[in-house]
Amino acid sequence: MIERTPILNAVTHTILAVGLVVMCFPLVIAFVAATLPYEAVIDVPMTLIPGGELLENAVKAWERGEFATQGVNSVVMTLGILFGKIACASLTAFAICYFNFRFRMLAFWLIFITLMLPLEVRIVPTYEVAGNALLPVQQLLEVLWLTDLVAWLSGVEVALEWNLLDTYWGLTLPLFASATATFLFRQFFLTIPEELAEAAKMDGAGPIRFFFQILLPLSKTNIAALSVIMFVFGWNQYLWPLLITTDPDMRTLVMGLENLIPSEDELPEWNVAMAGTLMVMLPPIVVVLVLQRWFVKGLLGGEK
Amino acid sequence: MIKRVLFRNRLLPYLLILPEVLIVFVFFYWPSAKALFWSFTLEPPFGGVARWVGLDNFRELFSSPEYYESAGITLIFAFWTTAISMGLALLLAIFVDRVIRGLVVYRTVLMWPYAVAAPAAAVAFQFIFQPGVGFFAFLNDIWPGIWDPNIVGADAMLMVIIAASWKSITYNFIFFLAGLQTIPRTFVEAAALDGAGPIRRFITIVFPLLSPTFFFLLVINVTDSFTEGFGIINVMTQGGPGGATNILVYKIYQDGFIGLDLSGSSAQSVVLMGLVIVLTFIQFKWIERRIHYAE
Repeated sequence: MIERTPILNAVTHTILAVGLVVMCFPLVIAFVAATLPYEAVIDVPMTLIPGGELLENAVKAWERGEFATQGVNSVVMTLGILFGKIACASLTAFAICYFNFRFRMLAFWLIFITLMLPLEVRIVPTYEVAGNALLPVQQLLEVLWLTDLVAWLSGVEVALEWNLLDTYWGLTLPLFASATATFLFRQFFLTIPEELAEAAKMDGAGPIRFFFQILLPLSKTNIAALSVIMFVFGWNQYLWPLLITTDPDMRTLVMGLENLIPSEDELPEWNVAMAGTLMVMLPPIVVVLVLQRWFVKGLLGGEK
Repeated sequence: MIKRVLFRNRLLPYLLILPEVLIVFVFFYWPSAKALFWSFTLEPPFGGVARWVGLDNFRELFSSPEYYESAGITLIFAFWTTAISMGLALLLAIFVDRVIRGLVVYRTVLMWPYAVAAPAAAVAFQFIFQPGVGFFAFLNDIWPGIWDPNIVGADAMLMVIIAASWKSITYNFIFFLAGLQTIPRTFVEAAALDGAGPIRRFITIVFPLLSPTFFFLLVINVTDSFTEGFGIINVMTQGGPGGATNILVYKIYQDGFIGLDLSGSSAQSVVLMGLVIVLTFIQFKWIERRIHYAE
């Protein structure tokens, strides 16, 4: 602090304390509600003293929400997205930084511009593609009359199909591309001393060996930072799983939460709903709090 | 930019970029092009041949009162979410930047809302704002019928705005705090020696130096509130009551998925895409300045 200003200091701590209360408020209420028995949670005004039924409510939510199945789906989806994004992004950034090839800048911009096309604005056609990931290939072939040619030559009808609906591939693959991660890897690779590649080349290491034995180990901190962000991103996916899964066994936790919200014609068991909500919130919160340093680094470095 | 020391290989670089480029093509460019195409045709929802109708879909869109209503709702939602979230984040960041003791505690507590999934936050907020149970139900005990987001549109809007702002405070806070911490202490100290008080120092020194961060966040927040309101609204209100929280993104989803109006939904997608693209361009300009300033 710059000068001694006891009043301002008091104001500072007051405002921060109020801020903390406001920010914690929804979670505190959710927590208190999750610990209450049903008779207490529907009381108005609601008590702010936690009860002792957290475990019972959590077990109820676990069963009612089918958290066992959905939990597995959530974990698979999150880790799949995490690895997919890091693999795709690091490979692309490596190619763009360490090779001079035609279409190099084009590839970079093609990926970068996708920042402007969030899923929310291209919902319906993306769903169509998820129904058949080979549809673009099929339709391109049709436009070029290649399907007709093949049919005429061999008598085989060309109908390419790869349905991603209700599959793990569908939950993860479309989210593998990441402009942010590619950009971040590129920025990092550009700061790596030229001498390393030179030395590696001199010692006879090819590009693949250089990538796996030198570049990736050096990127550890970057990968850690990205992983935290991507974990939160993956776990919290909502719209995409909502679109492409119809099978209840393929739902994720974040989607399943909705089933716990009491509807008009059933008992308003908000205590169970809140216990479920807490469980769904927990994994990314733990990751962010434990890996706070990497989280801030990843967030600031990635811009988005 | 490229490295000075390069590897030579004819095929390898193409193989390396192939996975990401393929995914981007199939799941980003193809659907976007499809949306563009559909917006100029009349697409039968259950198959059949599309008919080219030119700008008819757009004409219909821009003459529909519901669309303007939804656009107005989106503006209200975007404006208030951005204002509340950025305002509070800036306030908190300024004060956290001042404290020395307890910095870690404050920062940690302010960090976690980012990690919470929007729909999960929405469920918690929905409980808090229920008219019959939950935290704010006592209002109805005192003044019966004063608060009911299930029926009153304005109440629902307020609830959604609060949930969305709460969710995005962390992101803004982290950027503001990082921005504040890059401002050289000497500037502020020199001003203090010259007799400028804390408020004066903020207005004349700190805020101007923070303005690149401010504008960067402004654009991000507006863009995000166009797209990321979806999770919150789908859980809390489904666009209701009576369309009072039916923001554009939600309308696209409803018209396209539930109403199966592919052409109309695509025309809306194209308009929204255009808007997001314009905003993102503005954002790039500010990123450049920000980087320039940080170094």
